[in-house]
Amino acid sequence: MTIGSVPVKFRISVDHDQCMLCGRCVENCPYDVFRLENGKIHVNSRKCVACHRCIAMCPRDAINIRERPVDYRSHPVWTTEVREAIYNQARTGKIILAGMGNAKPYPVIFDSLVLDACQVTNPSIDPLREPMELRTYLGKKPSRLETREHDGDVEVLTTLSPNLQLETPIMIGHMSYGAISLNAQASIARAVFETGTFMGTGEGGLHQSLYPYQDHMIVQVASGRFGVDINYLERGAAIEIKIGQGAKPGIGGHLPGEKVCEDVSCTRMIPVGSDAISPAPHHDIYSIEDLKQLVRSLKEATEWKKPVFVKIAAVHNSAAIAAGIARSAADAVVIDGFRGGTGAAPRVFRDHVGIPVEAAIASVDAKLRSQGIRNEVSLIASGGIRESADVAKVIALGADAVYIGTAALVAMGCRVCGTCYRGLCPWGIATQRPDLVARLDPEIASRNVANLIHAWTLELSELMGAAGINSIESLRGNRDRLRGYLLDESIMKVLDVKPVGA
Amino acid sequence: MCGIIGVIDRSKERMDGQAIRSALSMMDERGSGEGAGYVAYGAFPEFADYYAIHVFFDAIHETKAAVDEELSKWGTIVHEEEIPTFEQPNIRKIHTPWRYFFQPDARLMPRSTTPEDDIVMHVVMKVNTSIPGALVYASGKNIAIFKASGWPEEVADFYRIQDYKGYIWLGHNRYPTNTPGWWGGAHPFNLLHWSVVHNGEITSYGTNRRYIESYGYRCSMFTDTEVVAYLFDLLVRRHHLAPELAVRALAPPFWDEIDRMPGREAHLNRAIRLTYGPALMNGPFAIVVANPDAIVGFTDRIKLRPLVTGTMGPRLYISSEEAAIRVMEPDVGDIIMPRAGEPVIGRVYT
Repeated sequence: MTIGSVPVKFRISVDHDQCMLCGRCVENCPYDVFRLENGKIHVNSRKCVACHRCIAMCPRDAINIRERPVDYRSHPVWTTEVREAIYNQARTGKIILAGMGNAKPYPVIFDSLVLDACQVTNPSIDPLREPMELRTYLGKKPSRLETREHDGDVEVLTTLSPNLQLETPIMIGHMSYGAISLNAQASIARAVFETGTFMGTGEGGLHQSLYPYQDHMIVQVASGRFGVDINYLERGAAIEIKIGQGAKPGIGGHLPGEKVCEDVSCTRMIPVGSDAISPAPHHDIYSIEDLKQLVRSLKEATEWKKPVFVKIAAVHNSAAIAAGIARSAADAVVIDGFRGGTGAAPRVFRDHVGIPVEAAIASVDAKLRSQGIRNEVSLIASGGIRESADVAKVIALGADAVYIGTAALVAMGCRVCGTCYRGLCPWGIATQRPDLVARLDPEIASRNVANLIHAWTLELSELMGAAGINSIESLRGNRDRLRGYLLDESIMKVLDVKPVGA
Repeated sequence: MCGIIGVIDRSKERMDGQAIRSALSMMDERGSGEGAGYVAYGAFPEFADYYAIHVFFDAIHETKAAVDEELSKWGTIVHEEEIPTFEQPNIRKIHTPWRYFFQPDARLMPRSTTPEDDIVMHVVMKVNTSIPGALVYASGKNIAIFKASGWPEEVADFYRIQDYKGYIWLGHNRYPTNTPGWWGGAHPFNLLHWSVVHNGEITSYGTNRRYIESYGYRCSMFTDTEVVAYLFDLLVRRHHLAPELAVRALAPPFWDEIDRMPGREAHLNRAIRLTYGPALMNGPFAIVVANPDAIVGFTDRIKLRPLVTGTMGPRLYISSEEAAIRVMEPDVGDIIMPRAGEPVIGRVYT
């Protein structure tokens, strides 16, 4: 007895009255859904991933996609996803791969938090007329300032550590060359350069063509150490040690050999066509003191001129882990929530391991404060930041800045089809196939990403002004300006916010 | 709204409370009759060396023993008395105001550089967070605080502040929005040698409170002003910043201005903002802060609340309104409206 074929996920229909047989759908679909035969467009719906490339390119709006036209008999426990996973694994006996972030319908805490605004007793501030400061410094800060005064002249005795200066608290997270195309990285690089912020290189090295933007690059050192040498470390504005990732806490990474082309191989410093496997733990970090040594080693190597960040996945014990990291020479802790995206992750990890960034940031911020070291170290939130309101809320929960990933890809055209792991991204983003990569024009895509950062920055200014705040540091950790809307009491306690009306 | 006023006689000649009572009453338009208060520095010359710990007791027979015990644990009560009050038609005496003159035992806080202050601060936080029905509202040496729910002239008469003398006086006429009717919510707020009167609302309170609480302070008055006293105590007493620099931390120049400053000055201001970002106070405010050596007046960074200053001989006046200053000193000169964030400081002559 065979399992047989399962219902199609997407049904494509072509309106043949509208279709002018231009063949753009055929050209554009890397999954071979369309073919032009005998003067008619034929489709194989089973191959469709709903990336919407055909829809975006069709000049006549002749293509329609319906999701799950024939579904399984509905059942609240044995959902479609559960059944399909079982069929899949019954056939293959393998771990199921998935892309993008957590796809389970867990409630989004951000959507149950509302922001405050001023009325009467304190005036709101109009950002069009008054200064509004979003400038953010990331890095170690002194706990107190020692000064000496002579003849009315004040001298600062405390030595300040190098900090990154951001004109907006929105950065773009680590997506490696390999996971995404060089055109995609170049687009992001130009955008952060223009908007006065920073991006992460991911664990894929730093391609030569991006050297002009290196002052806006945070270079990553992950467990595979791909692309890491002194040249790489010295070029970055900051260095980030990646311990874990929100999409797949506790496991490593795997870039399939097919994606390791000549150029990727040079940048990663590995042979062409070889799998790039990043192990689960760093093989030189088995405890917090090992991490401390690596932080110091990287600082020594770069003469203590660069901030070093440490990124961990948001897990149950993040607060204690972050407090440990903060005691090392590390300048910033990055907390990556379980909604963080990825090119490829085992589905079981993507959907079931880790905690949301809202709760993780709140508990890390509280823990660092209880130990009196919060302001000495910066806190960066990532994983599931979808709009400017999320940025405002997570800063109010205690973050200094955010990394966005998926949102930046969406700004370049990504439709969140979640099929990144196949390397056939029709938008030229998560692929290395030259013809597909060529579809992404960095000239245009960089403007789209810069526009997004700019637009969120404007919205953030307006939200702050409405709350009577003209400097981002007065929003940071200001949970009094948040209220929980239909959140349960225990989670409000973790977030340290009051309910609406209180 | 709220109206504030402060005066310092830099030669330390003491003034009685009559003039500030009239000045504050002049600003009744800015208040609502639900809270007013005064502080006098130099009020207890006979007990000048002891901490004057003022407590509001709810049911004094039930709660006082616990406070006595806490104080005795940390030092000696040299003298204590109920603060004399005089019935007023509109003031309901819901608390019993009490003052202790307290000598902490410095040996009990061995690792501190300011053990006596640290003991008193500890006692204040302890009482206010763990003894229900007792609220310490003043704890400095030679400093008297008079506050209650009522109009300024009623509160002044309730305590007969004309019977007290001080070389620094601050006064506050309250229009409450946070905690109406509560005596503890009336200004001035005090911790150790610091007293604060404040007109405005601090929109960064959530950030400031969490920052100051990580240094062991506990906010227990349900209103934003108390953090100002704690921030000054932290920055000036514990971190040894000059008062001007503390004001710079609380109401710093904008980054654009810092970028345009010459090298050293830019470095100093950048260092202050990086180190004390969580202490930055946002929202509309005008504040006068006093310690035994000086008073400091300043506003928020875009001056959303009024503040004027004037001088007359050795006296510096700071107020919400010029008219109030002129009630105290009709011939006052040099009326100035300081720029946003710019501190005005009056120091005693040394």
